[in-house]
Amino acid sequence: MNIVVCVKQIPDPTDPGALDPETKTLKRDAKLILDESDSYGVEMALQLVDGTEDGEVRLVSMAPNNEVGGLRTALAMGAASAVLVSDEALAGSDSLSTAKVLVEAIKRCEPTLILTATESSDGYTGTVPVQIAELLDLPSVTFAKEITINGDTVTVKRQTEDGYDEVECPLPCVVSVTAGVVEPRYPSFKGIMAAKNKPVEELDLAGLGIDASTVGWAGARQEITEVTEAAVREAGEIIVDEGDAHERILSFMDDLKVL
Amino acid sequence: MGISTIWIYGEAANGSASSTTLELLAKARELAGTVEVIIHGDAAALATELGAHGATSVQSVGDLAGGLAGPRIASAIAGAVAAGTGPDVVLCATTYDGRDIAGRLSAKLDAPVITNVVDLVADGDRLLGVEPVFGGVVNVTTGFTGDSTAIFLVRPKSFEASSTGGAAATVGSLAAGDTGNTGTSVVKDRFVEETSGPKLDEAAIVVSGGRGLGEAEKYEMIESLAKLLKGAPGASRAVVDSGWVPYSYQVGQTGKVVKPTVYLACGISGATQHLVGMKGSANIIAINKDEEAPIFGVADLGIVGDVHKVLPKLIEALEARG
Repeated sequence: MNIVVCVKQIPDPTDPGALDPETKTLKRDAKLILDESDSYGVEMALQLVDGTEDGEVRLVSMAPNNEVGGLRTALAMGAASAVLVSDEALAGSDSLSTAKVLVEAIKRCEPTLILTATESSDGYTGTVPVQIAELLDLPSVTFAKEITINGDTVTVKRQTEDGYDEVECPLPCVVSVTAGVVEPRYPSFKGIMAAKNKPVEELDLAGLGIDASTVGWAGARQEITEVTEAAVREAGEIIVDEGDAHERILSFMDDLKVL
Repeated sequence: MGISTIWIYGEAANGSASSTTLELLAKARELAGTVEVIIHGDAAALATELGAHGATSVQSVGDLAGGLAGPRIASAIAGAVAAGTGPDVVLCATTYDGRDIAGRLSAKLDAPVITNVVDLVADGDRLLGVEPVFGGVVNVTTGFTGDSTAIFLVRPKSFEASSTGGAAATVGSLAAGDTGNTGTSVVKDRFVEETSGPKLDEAAIVVSGGRGLGEAEKYEMIESLAKLLKGAPGASRAVVDSGWVPYSYQVGQTGKVVKPTVYLACGISGATQHLVGMKGSANIIAINKDEEAPIFGVADLGIVGDVHKVLPKLIEALEARG
């Protein structure tokens, strides 16, 4: 069983982001780390192959600048290998272009199951998982909280507005994993050392047979027409609790007549 | 000039349209002369309600028969586009199924999607989407440059639903076409997690807990307080990711958007991820130990204090009132 997990390497969310004043898109010049949202898919995949004889987890990622720092984190967790599509022409790619590139990389891995996060923590479009599925002509189940493989089908508990649905889907398929549903393992020292020697295949667009004019800035079919500062909410009264703050909260709500 | 036809993916439960569907209708009817709602299931049952909110027609792709909405609705819309009878614009709410549909349709039509939209603006014969970034500090307006069908994913609560009292929508059907291998997922069973009290995104009062609670057991204070206030309990992503409460409790960019009369943030620092989901609340009260916490930047009443001291007293005082 071969599980591919699509992972994204993003700027550290604890560093405040900024828009490039020229291109009006997210600046991506800082060091990239593994998107925390993807660590749940990696963990889920590792749990699914743990105990199987030939199970293997492979990573697929895309970055404009040969960045592998985030991939090494996932390899240290236990993934076996990675495919990184890296090409300067990828900068500025929208979600559909991203999906097209990932699909070409995924095809090389011939996976049984493809896992993704539900959305990235920086772009958060949340459309890439299903776009991948549609481009590969595969069924999909999004927002999984639990995944069980039974032979050639997968059973997924899919998050809904008021609970969850149990969805059965034939393999191969694409499943997006909800953040927080498993506890991502910390890479062990041994894992970190081993990750340094695990294979990371680097490919460019030409190597994947993708026309560079269809992705990135060149292939963008949307344009930003305006960037404005949003209305700022004014801060109100701030008090330090001297043991009676609950009374202030009650009088505030009394004034609003909500009690 | 202008936009002639908008299609909205309509969601319904127990015979009435979802609030997000009615929100999209309220905006769409301002923007286009023809607003059609595409649903699965019984179109006739929704015709009166959708018509009153501005829908010209409601068209069903039929019963899903256990399948998922994404492939079937996307296939139906793509089929209409291929036949030359499709819309100029497709609007889906950012819901579980809405995202599936927009993603699949995007790949089928080879057209990008503009996501996380909180406002739609007419610009000649095209539509622009406004998307907040960096936790809502900056708004980015984006439009499509090509002539393909414009697909937008719109965040819930972006518009206010309102009835115009219009006539019932005409009822029709839309062929779903062959979804082939993409439509092979089957819903075997549905589980509803019982919650008492109002829904998180509809409650007049929301009480949310964050990492400042310290441990999972302390979340009970949030539940008690929400119950006493006849409100709904919510949580920050940190608390949900730690497994203290289910994902459905999450308020924020990746969770629910709430706009209650009062939002009470307890032990929540106010990461941008969280602020996006709650700063549209009419009144915000925040309790946090750290006076530098960003949550105080949006609070109408900020309490610099320990939730473990303030909340028990607040609960006790409310219980005393009966």
